[in-house]
Amino acid sequence: MTALFEIAEPGNGRIKEACQTAAVGIDLGTTNSLVAIVLGDGRPQAVSIDEGSTLLPSVVHYGASGEPGSVIVGRAARRLAAQFPSDTIVSVKRFMGRGSADPETLRLSPYKFASGDSGSVVRFEVARGRKVNPVEVSAEILRALRSRAEERLGIKIQQAVITVPAYFDDAQRQATKEAGRLAGIEVLRLLNEPTAAALAYGLDKKSFGTFAVYDLGGGTFDISILKLVEGVFEVKAVGGDSALGGDDFDRALATLLLGHAARDPRSVRIAIDEAKAGKERLTTEAQTQVLGRTLTRAQLEEVIRPLIERTGPACRRALKDAGLTTNNKLDGVILVGGSTRVPAVRAFVRELFGLEPLADIDPDEVVALGAAVQADLLTSDSPQHDVLLLDVAPLSLGLETMGGLAEKLVQRNTTIPTNATQEFTTFADGQTGMDIHVVQGERELVQDCRSLARFTLGGIPPLPAGLARVAVTFQVDADGILSVTAREQLTGVSQSITVKPSHGLTDDEIERMLLSSIENAEADVQARMLIDNRVEAQRILKATETQLDANGDLLSNQERSTIEAGMADLRARMALTDHHAIKDAIDRLDHDSAEFAKRVMDRGIDRALKGRSVGEFEGEVGAHAAKAYSAHVEQTTLYEDK
Amino acid sequence: MAELSISVTTKAASQIKAQLTKRSGSTPASGVRLGVKGGGCSGMSYVIEYCDQPRAKDKLFEVEGARVYVDPKSLIYLNGTTFDYVDTFQQKGFKFVNPQQKSECGCGESFSV
Repeated sequence: MTALFEIAEPGNGRIKEACQTAAVGIDLGTTNSLVAIVLGDGRPQAVSIDEGSTLLPSVVHYGASGEPGSVIVGRAARRLAAQFPSDTIVSVKRFMGRGSADPETLRLSPYKFASGDSGSVVRFEVARGRKVNPVEVSAEILRALRSRAEERLGIKIQQAVITVPAYFDDAQRQATKEAGRLAGIEVLRLLNEPTAAALAYGLDKKSFGTFAVYDLGGGTFDISILKLVEGVFEVKAVGGDSALGGDDFDRALATLLLGHAARDPRSVRIAIDEAKAGKERLTTEAQTQVLGRTLTRAQLEEVIRPLIERTGPACRRALKDAGLTTNNKLDGVILVGGSTRVPAVRAFVRELFGLEPLADIDPDEVVALGAAVQADLLTSDSPQHDVLLLDVAPLSLGLETMGGLAEKLVQRNTTIPTNATQEFTTFADGQTGMDIHVVQGERELVQDCRSLARFTLGGIPPLPAGLARVAVTFQVDADGILSVTAREQLTGVSQSITVKPSHGLTDDEIERMLLSSIENAEADVQARMLIDNRVEAQRILKATETQLDANGDLLSNQERSTIEAGMADLRARMALTDHHAIKDAIDRLDHDSAEFAKRVMDRGIDRALKGRSVGEFEGEVGAHAAKAYSAHVEQTTLYEDK
Repeated sequence: MAELSISVTTKAASQIKAQLTKRSGSTPASGVRLGVKGGGCSGMSYVIEYCDQPRAKDKLFEVEGARVYVDPKSLIYLNGTTFDYVDTFQQKGFKFVNPQQKSECGCGESFSV
C-alpha cells in the first residue's frame, strides 16, 4: 500500500533524525587516505592529519612489542617499511576481499602470508607471529584517521561516508564496511570514488553536461561517465581496472632498477620506495638520481607507457556504454588521483578525449572532499543540501536457470538503488525445491560468470511442472550490496540472502569478464540457443512420455509409433551441437502430437464435467497445453532441487 | 528535455487551501512544496512541506488557487505524478501517484524509480 502524507512545517521532515556528532568523508585509498569535513561555511576541507599533511599514507606497521600502542600508521610507519618489510603493510586495499589463492597474493610483494586457511581471506603474518587480515589493517588506518581528525577538530566523529573504487564488488564493499565497523565508525554510505569527485566539482561549479572522471590513483584506475543535470548527478557508465595505478609505475620502475640483482624483501622495498620518489621528482624535473644512477623523464615514460595505455580501452568502452559515439560530446574530463600529476598521463588523457583535463581541485583531495559533501547531505536536513546522487551496478546480476544459463535481472550500468523481480517456474512434476544460484557477469553461461551465492528455496507445493510460481527479487542498495529473495506465490514461503561472498574478485577479473563478454558475444548466443533448445527438448520428451503412459489408449498403433519415432529422433538430435536441428525435431514432435494433446484435453474436460476439479486436469494436459501454460509464466525454468 | 510537470487533483487543491487557511503564519503567497529526498528504505522518499518563500528555481503549479512548488531536481523524479487527496473511513491524507515509481518499501514512504 502507498502511504499517505501530511503536510509538514518546513525543516520538520521526519525522514532523518537530527544528529549532533559530526560526519566526515573518508577516502580510504590504496596509497594515501584522507579525511575531510564540511564545516560551518558549507565548504568541504581536508583535515591535516599526518605531519602537517592531509595525506595519511595507507601504511600500517606492527611493532615488535606486540602491545596495543605498537601499531603505527602513516609516514612514521612508511619509514619503517624498508627495515621491517614483512611487518609493515603497504597498499592493503589491494588485498581487500581477496582470497589467499588469489593472483594478487602472488605478485611481487614483501609480505609473509599466513598459511593454512585455504580459500579464505588473506592473512599477513607480522611481528611476533601475529596474524592480521586486510579488514583489520584497514580498520587501523580508519582508527588513525578518526582519532587524528577528532584531535585536530576538537569534535567527536561517529559517522562517515567512505569511498570505494567503482569497480569494487560486493565482497570488497562488505570488507570496507566491516573495517569501518571495526574502527567504531558508522558507515553512512559507501560512495564510488569518481562519483565523489564529481560531487566535489559539481556542487562548487554547478556544472551541466557530460563529464568523464579519469581516476588514476595509487592502486586503482576508474573511468566514469557522469551526467549532470540541474545539479542531479547520474553515473552513465563505469569502467576501469581494479589493479592498475601509480604503485604499478613504481613496481615497473623498481624492476628496471633492480635489474638482475638479488631480490629479498628488503631490497625490493627499498627499490620500490626509491622508484616512487624518483617518479615524483620527474613530474617537475627532466632527470634525477635514483639509487646512484641517472634516470630521465623519457626513460620513466618508456617504462610506464604500456601501463598508461592500458587505461585506453576501458575509457573507450565507458564512452560507448554511456551512448557517446564521439569524444566531442564530452564537456570535460576531471582528473582524480595522484598519478594524474604525471605529465605523460595528462598528455595521454588530453589526446584520448581531445580535451584539456580539469584539475582545479587537488586530485589527491577531491574524492575525500566529495565524500565529506555527501556525508553532510546525509546527515543534514536543510533542503538546499538535497542533492540526489545516482550510482550504477558495475556488472550485471542474475541467476542460473536450467541448463547453466545466466538470466540477468539487473543489467550492468543500471542506476542503484534498484529492484528487479522475475517469476520462475518448476521444471519437473512435483518439484518441491529450487536452487537459487546468484551470479555476476556479462556472459550468457553461468560457468563464465562469477558465482556470488547459492541457496535453496524449499517448501514449494508439489505441482505439475510449470505451475508453481516463484518470484525472485534482486535488491541492490545504495552501497551496491545485493539482497536476493525468492518467494513461492501460492504458499508465500520465502527465503532470502544478502550476498556476502567469502572473498573478492581475482586480479583483473572484472576487466576480463567485461572484455570476454564482448569477444564471445556471438559464441555465447549460439551456446545459449543450444542449451535453450536442449532444455525444451527434455521438457517436451518428459511431458509426452507422461501422457503416453496415462492416456496412450487414445492413440491408434500407427499414431503412437509416429510420436515415438519423433521422440527417438529428438533424443538422438539432442547430442548435436546444431541448435537448428534440435529445434526442427521439437517442432516436428510438437506437430505430430498436436492431435494427441487435443484428445487428452477433451478427456480432461469430460472428466471435469463429470465433477472432477479443474485443477486436477490442468495438471494432466499434455505437451501442448503445458507449453501454453509456461508462456504466461516466465519461460525460464530453474534447476531442479537435487 | 520536454517540459516536466505534475498534476494536482481538485480534491488535493481544496485540501491544501483548507489546511493553509487553518495554519497560522500563512500568507497569501503560501503554498506547499512537494519534493523527493534521498533516504528511506527504498532509496527515495516523498516530502510535503508548507512553503512561504519559494526559491528562484522552483516550478509553480497553480490549481484552483492552490499553489504547489516543486524544485527542479525533485521534478525529474515527480514528472507525470498525480498529487491526490484520499479521504475514506480507513485513512486520509495526501497521495503521490507516480508513474515513474518502480517499487516501494513496505511502509510505502520510500520508493525507487
